[in-house]
Amino acid sequence: MSGRERDPQGGGPGPDANVGAPRRPEGPGAVLADYLLPGARAALAGRAAGTAVLGAWVLLWGVGVLRAGRVAATLRGGVVDEWVALATLVIGLAACPRAARRWLAPVLRREGGGVADGAWGPAAGGGGPVDWEAFGRHRQAAVGLVLLGALILVALLTPYLAPYDPNAQHAVVATRFLSPSAAHPLGTDRFGRDVLSRALYGARISLSIGFVAVAIAISIGTLVGAGAGMAGGALDTVSMRGVDLLLSFPRLVLLIALVALFEPGIALVTLVLGVTGWMGTARIVRGQVLSIREEEYVQAARALGFGRWRVLTRHVLPNALTPVIVAATLGVGNTILAEAALSFLGLGVQPPTASWGNMVASGRDVMLHAWWIAAFPGVAIVLTVVSFNLVGDGLRDALDPRRTGRLR
Amino acid sequence: MTAPLLEVEDLRTWFGGASGEGGGREARAVDGVSFRLGAGETLGLVGESGCGKSVTALSLLRLVPEPPGRILPGSSVRLRGEELLEAPPERLREVRGGEIAMVFQEPMTSLNPVLPVGRQVAEGIRRHRGLGAREAQRETVRLLDRVGITEPEERRRAYPHQLSGGMRQRVMIAMALACRPSILVADEPTTALDVTVQAQILELLADLQAELGMAILLITHDLGIVAQVADRVAVMYAGRIVEEAPVEALYSRPLHPYTEGLLAAVPDPDRPSERLAAIEGRVPDPAHWPEGCRFRPRCPHAWERCVSEPGLLAGEAGRRARCWLVEEPVRRERESET
Repeated sequence: MSGRERDPQGGGPGPDANVGAPRRPEGPGAVLADYLLPGARAALAGRAAGTAVLGAWVLLWGVGVLRAGRVAATLRGGVVDEWVALATLVIGLAACPRAARRWLAPVLRREGGGVADGAWGPAAGGGGPVDWEAFGRHRQAAVGLVLLGALILVALLTPYLAPYDPNAQHAVVATRFLSPSAAHPLGTDRFGRDVLSRALYGARISLSIGFVAVAIAISIGTLVGAGAGMAGGALDTVSMRGVDLLLSFPRLVLLIALVALFEPGIALVTLVLGVTGWMGTARIVRGQVLSIREEEYVQAARALGFGRWRVLTRHVLPNALTPVIVAATLGVGNTILAEAALSFLGLGVQPPTASWGNMVASGRDVMLHAWWIAAFPGVAIVLTVVSFNLVGDGLRDALDPRRTGRLR
Repeated sequence: MTAPLLEVEDLRTWFGGASGEGGGREARAVDGVSFRLGAGETLGLVGESGCGKSVTALSLLRLVPEPPGRILPGSSVRLRGEELLEAPPERLREVRGGEIAMVFQEPMTSLNPVLPVGRQVAEGIRRHRGLGAREAQRETVRLLDRVGITEPEERRRAYPHQLSGGMRQRVMIAMALACRPSILVADEPTTALDVTVQAQILELLADLQAELGMAILLITHDLGIVAQVADRVAVMYAGRIVEEAPVEALYSRPLHPYTEGLLAAVPDPDRPSERLAAIEGRVPDPAHWPEGCRFRPRCPHAWERCVSEPGLLAGEAGRRARCWLVEEPVRRERESET
């Protein structure tokens, strides 16, 4: 939300923001280190964020160098997936040194000056409504964020990372049910397809469905909730009773019923997950809007002559969205799980397209003698959902206005 | 006296009522308030909590939430002769911030916590003066500097929680002044601040008033502040103005017994050991104002005539008071003799 408004240098030097400590000038060595091995200095100082940046840098370079052939092939003409991967590579490589300079270097400097205590990550102790220090103190949340970052990075780079075509089948009888080996790190499935490659492509499907469906849900929920909260009266009552009604259906039954009406597919699953997941958001937003519209700054904005719409979008909604962000983070995890469930039941993503859910389903029958087919996608689902939940927990703490240490 | 810039006549803002709030009776928070504000003048609106001062201020710009509130027909707020209570919404939004700006009581909560303060100031400038982003930003820095914020170029990017209460109130003032309003309504602008900061803010307001020539409607319960900055004072009690007078006259010789009580309640530093004087009784409930003179149950002078309520009776030198004593000053002296 307002992350982009954050002051990367650690917040405006307000009279009470204690950033006026002497800054030690950096030698050219430090600058060079940030460009050659970004994050390395922070990593040496024991900062998890430094390790994360350094890890991303190494991964990106590794992919770029080891897969130079595929990258070159993309340049000669590739499909959208490959262009996305290439863009990720380029942007990532450009972003790492920048992150090291803008976020990590100021933190190191402050620590050198003995000012910040336990500072972590961007804008520690500084501006913005997100308390990154609180987030960083939340150990599991930091781990979740790193895991999630890695997952997203891997998903974006999949065309360069996957050792095989996820759907290719050659000499099926000879290559099927191979246990994990050097050639196939996670083994092969019943059609001789590489499980690792399929799991990597499955990550893209699962994550995109998760993000897009939650985006749909948040949009509908915010619209309904804000409308009900601002309008009040009969409209509020009617829409909230409608939400109650929808919430009283078990979600999976609703999902199955909706999917059964149409031809299953990725777009349908995404849409259906989106339109069945907005009710919680609507309730949260309505509650927030009801309390925030009574705040003095909303009245002040009205006294300055702003119209309803502007007051809503500029002053009410940004303040109402804090719990929504937390709910959305947790929601992505749940949505991925729901997608896996649908795909497992055969109503979601259809084979041969790989999704974690249908991979688990396809491995179910052969669990005893080819455990790897179901196990690895299953682990991927668990890890993803857990990291989303960890990040959500951390955000809840970081965004909590009652947190200590922020209010003077 | 200058021609009235703002003329409020018989303003009545009631709350609740039919829907059952307040026991089915409407809370008559503001019940027939009239006053005038001349260009460049400072009018202090004084009264206890719950006497209707803030509702009066909000009613001027029709900012009272409706429902549960409603401004009764027959009320009138005229800005340079233009009726604001019947103005179309677009015109009203132009007036808000453009002609009449407000500074609220709580600098802690009157700024949007998720926007840098500079943006909040610039927002108003762009809205009312139609400047582009770049000019608005330059103007913001100039304004922040003008209201006494040091390093405005850096502070512009600060979030409200990074600023002290006094700083925030300065930002609020900058926001209010962004469009050079002709009237500034300041609702308890210094209540939440400590005394030294309070003095600085009042001084700033006085400076800006001299510079911009705007009128100020200063709402407060602090008689000391009024004495410092106001030209005229209107004292409110139970939803009505009970006395109106130039500052010196009011302090030297209050006409209404309520004003008398208020002034007596100000502690006297020369006699610190004395018990603080207080007005007997409590402010009545706005849903059940007393019959007749509303101050009668608490008034030390009350007599039979007070069963019917007096209007604002004119005293000497442009003074007005809602009390029969204005017509029968003899009674007051007779009492003090006995």
